[in-house]
Amino acid sequence: MKTIIDEMLEKPHSGDTNYTSKDFKPDVDVRWCAGCGAISVLSPAQRLMPELGIPKEKIVFISGIGCSGRFPYYMDTYGFHGIHGRALPIASGLKIARPDLSVWVVTGDGDNMSIGGNHFIHACRRNVDMNVLMFNNEVYSLTKGQYSPTSHRGQITKSSPLGALDDPFNPVALALGASATFVARGHDKDRAQLQQLLLKASQHKGFSFVEIYTNCRIFNDGAFDLYTNAESREDHTVWLEHDKPLVFGKNKNKGIKLEGFKPTIIDLTAGGNSINDVLVHNEKDSTLAFILANMTYSETLPRPMGTLQNLDERSSYEDRVVEQIQQEVETKGIGNLESLLLGGSFWEIK
Amino acid sequence: MDKLIEHLEEVTVRFAGDSGDGMQLIGTQFSDTAGFAGNEVNTFPDYPSEIRAPEGTLYGVSAFQVHFGSKNIHTSGDFVDVLVAMNAASLKVNLAHVREQGIIIVNAEGFDDRNLKLAGYAKNPLEDGSLAKFNVFPIEMNKELKKAFIEVDTPTKLVQKTRNIFALGITYWLFNRPLEATVNWINKKFKGKEDVIMANVHSLQGGWNFAEKHPDFRKQYIIDKSELPPGKYRSITGNQAVALGLVVAATKAHLPLFLGSYPITPATDILHAISGYKKYGVKHLQAEDEIAGITSAIGAAFGGSLAVTTTSGPGLSLKTEAIGLAIMTELPLIIVNVMRAGPSTGLPTKTEQSDLMQAMYGRHGEAPMPVLAAASSADCFDMTLEAARIALKYMTPVMLLTDGYIGQASEPWRIPEIDKLPEIAPHFAQDAATFKPYLRNPETLARQWAIPGMQGMEHRIGGLEKEDGSGVVSHDPMNHQKMVELRQRKVDGIANDIPDLEVMGEQEGDLLLLSWGSSYGAAKTAVEHLQAQGHNISYAHLRYLNPFPRNLGDVLHKFDRVVIPELNLGQLKNLIQAKYVKRVMGINKVQGKPFKAVELEEKLLKLISMRDIKKWPTNKKEDLPVDL
Repeated sequence: MKTIIDEMLEKPHSGDTNYTSKDFKPDVDVRWCAGCGAISVLSPAQRLMPELGIPKEKIVFISGIGCSGRFPYYMDTYGFHGIHGRALPIASGLKIARPDLSVWVVTGDGDNMSIGGNHFIHACRRNVDMNVLMFNNEVYSLTKGQYSPTSHRGQITKSSPLGALDDPFNPVALALGASATFVARGHDKDRAQLQQLLLKASQHKGFSFVEIYTNCRIFNDGAFDLYTNAESREDHTVWLEHDKPLVFGKNKNKGIKLEGFKPTIIDLTAGGNSINDVLVHNEKDSTLAFILANMTYSETLPRPMGTLQNLDERSSYEDRVVEQIQQEVETKGIGNLESLLLGGSFWEIK
Repeated sequence: MDKLIEHLEEVTVRFAGDSGDGMQLIGTQFSDTAGFAGNEVNTFPDYPSEIRAPEGTLYGVSAFQVHFGSKNIHTSGDFVDVLVAMNAASLKVNLAHVREQGIIIVNAEGFDDRNLKLAGYAKNPLEDGSLAKFNVFPIEMNKELKKAFIEVDTPTKLVQKTRNIFALGITYWLFNRPLEATVNWINKKFKGKEDVIMANVHSLQGGWNFAEKHPDFRKQYIIDKSELPPGKYRSITGNQAVALGLVVAATKAHLPLFLGSYPITPATDILHAISGYKKYGVKHLQAEDEIAGITSAIGAAFGGSLAVTTTSGPGLSLKTEAIGLAIMTELPLIIVNVMRAGPSTGLPTKTEQSDLMQAMYGRHGEAPMPVLAAASSADCFDMTLEAARIALKYMTPVMLLTDGYIGQASEPWRIPEIDKLPEIAPHFAQDAATFKPYLRNPETLARQWAIPGMQGMEHRIGGLEKEDGSGVVSHDPMNHQKMVELRQRKVDGIANDIPDLEVMGEQEGDLLLLSWGSSYGAAKTAVEHLQAQGHNISYAHLRYLNPFPRNLGDVLHKFDRVVIPELNLGQLKNLIQAKYVKRVMGINKVQGKPFKAVELEEKLLKLISMRDIKKWPTNKKEDLPVDL
């Protein structure tokens, strides 16, 4: 059966798709606080859109609730501001119904790890093709400063004046554990690098999860300084890139070596260690991805940033849906509605 | 010996046994055959929530009731004329339903010491005379089966598996039914397994032959054909009818169908059916929970699908926040709630009409939503089409209420000709130059539906309040007042687009029985009986609950006394009293079971006899009506 949607999809886009980032800025004021990390994600996202080469009516941004939830209003594409925690199922329904669309989800550590946690793990395993940007500021900001599922133990917030008792989720490890195919981590202090990471996420066919450290100036200022500021990040993070050795430090003087399953730091300037001893990243290796993800809260190891995992052998859910329909039609023919209504047994009264 | 023949107008047969005895199966076959033979039919499956409860226990009894006859069959029958009981427990649980002098066919092998003990019988009821007022046929079914297969080489295990079919064969003899429909079904069901087909057909015929030859089976009962409108018929449950209605509605609207759902009794059959409709291009997601079920449907609706979520009570509670989102974003969405007895987990497999208030008001904020209720299994098809029509025309979520009774009960359905069903027109935006997401059709107040892929209409919507027209987020006080009122007016206005309430019987007078949802069958039957006895009583049935039909107030005020039967403590009654300032009497039942026609009839008779309160209602406190 040909639907109205099928007919619409047959119409070509009129005009070209040579956009600039301006084409994705709607005529509204950005209402995030001055200096908010989210603003530093918005501009790379707007600059990335022209690179996608997709007509902008085919792009949809979907959000939940929290400061991140405002994001769709600031992108001149189709957008849907959902309810708390539910951006992922809204996006899943849309993408399954409309595989032709480029679907983006913008969420936060509260929205995605707490109230939306169940949807998150299932979205990871289901592998619907969408790009999920999770703004992690390790605090609830829109409700004005309570601890979140990524707040560290002991964190002082309005709802934990004596320190939070929970241990935090490690979002990338959670995503890996739930079988997400693309898992990465970026931050708000290097826009060009973040734009590249988002591009990579968008090029991955399947579920792409990007955790983005976004600083909340008001309720958790400086939480990520060690890992994001230009002065300290070289020594405290290691950038993961496929086929590249895990070298870090201001002078590229340190490397990560695997001893068994245990990552350790080696000094490349001291005698006895060379670049050949350094672990080389393989983003297709799930076992390695777990080991690297678990460096996250280590007190001695650098924090892993960049692409932890990028698997491409698993087909996306919405493609499987289409394939199943096609297979059924091929083997049984297009459904005949009249015979469906007649069912297995009917009788006629004359 | 010649057999006697007696003609009957209607009969109720109940098949009862262990959960694993295949009672639902033979009940369905018996019902299909009755339809095939030209009768009106109505069925009621009654099964425990345990999947395979321990054998022989009282709580493991599964039953299937079939009411069939030549006319006016609107319920699954008040009293059982023929009970088939496969063991002691199923006799004990179901005996109270059986009419005096009713026929009881029992598998005598299910009355050994172990079974008697499990059923709590101190003595064997087949021997102690306690069944004297019934017509009991004890049959050693395994033994008789063995005899029937004596010349056929079939493994004993396979033979014994067909015991239920043997019992079915006996009941077919009793009503002189053709075996054809069931033989066809067996051939189709077990295609490729010749030994299984042979065993079942042989067993069915064996049951028939057993009764035919047995000296105790002396009388056959004939139920004449009904006078039904010509056409093709099939047996259909409410859940099947909803599933078919959804596929047809999507076709009529030229839209793809998307179902987001999570399994829950008694709504899951809809998910089962839809998930098998892949060759019709239907997409479905069995979501991780009820919330994902509805929110995925909302996502699909945003993308231009006819989007649906199906659930029952507890699931509906979980969906409420998302329903508010669909109301706020003014997206078309169908929510099917197959009601069950609550609150909380309640009685999962039992029926109730107690979600009406939740359907009407169960959301935070002013959140109006159209609510429809199907009257019977077959009516579920029509009301599903209505739900789709209203959702797409008015850009709104619509709740369709059915319940565990009509969801699972079946009745014959006259299969419609698809070409003759009306087209459904979605309210798509047409012109990018003038497009604004919340510009409204002045007549329906529906906003325009612009979906991703429509060039030049890129826009953002969501749960925040929007400015009318532009759809820009707005916290303006007067705009909020305007939008709240607009959403209400939009839903209220649907009253101009639905049929008036029809009254059966006198159009004004003393007494009106007003029912909704699945109480239709029992209520209508009760009034038909009373009217036939010459009593002055009228009847009306509501299928539209929000908004109500335009003429409902007029109808109510034309009667001195209005009675509303419902499977709750008076939810429709309260709504009607509040809206129309009309005192109403309730007949309320919350036992997990549908009304019997006879119980309504008795209560109405009592009311009819109370002439002294004819002036009722007054506003004096002591004169306020007491629920029956």
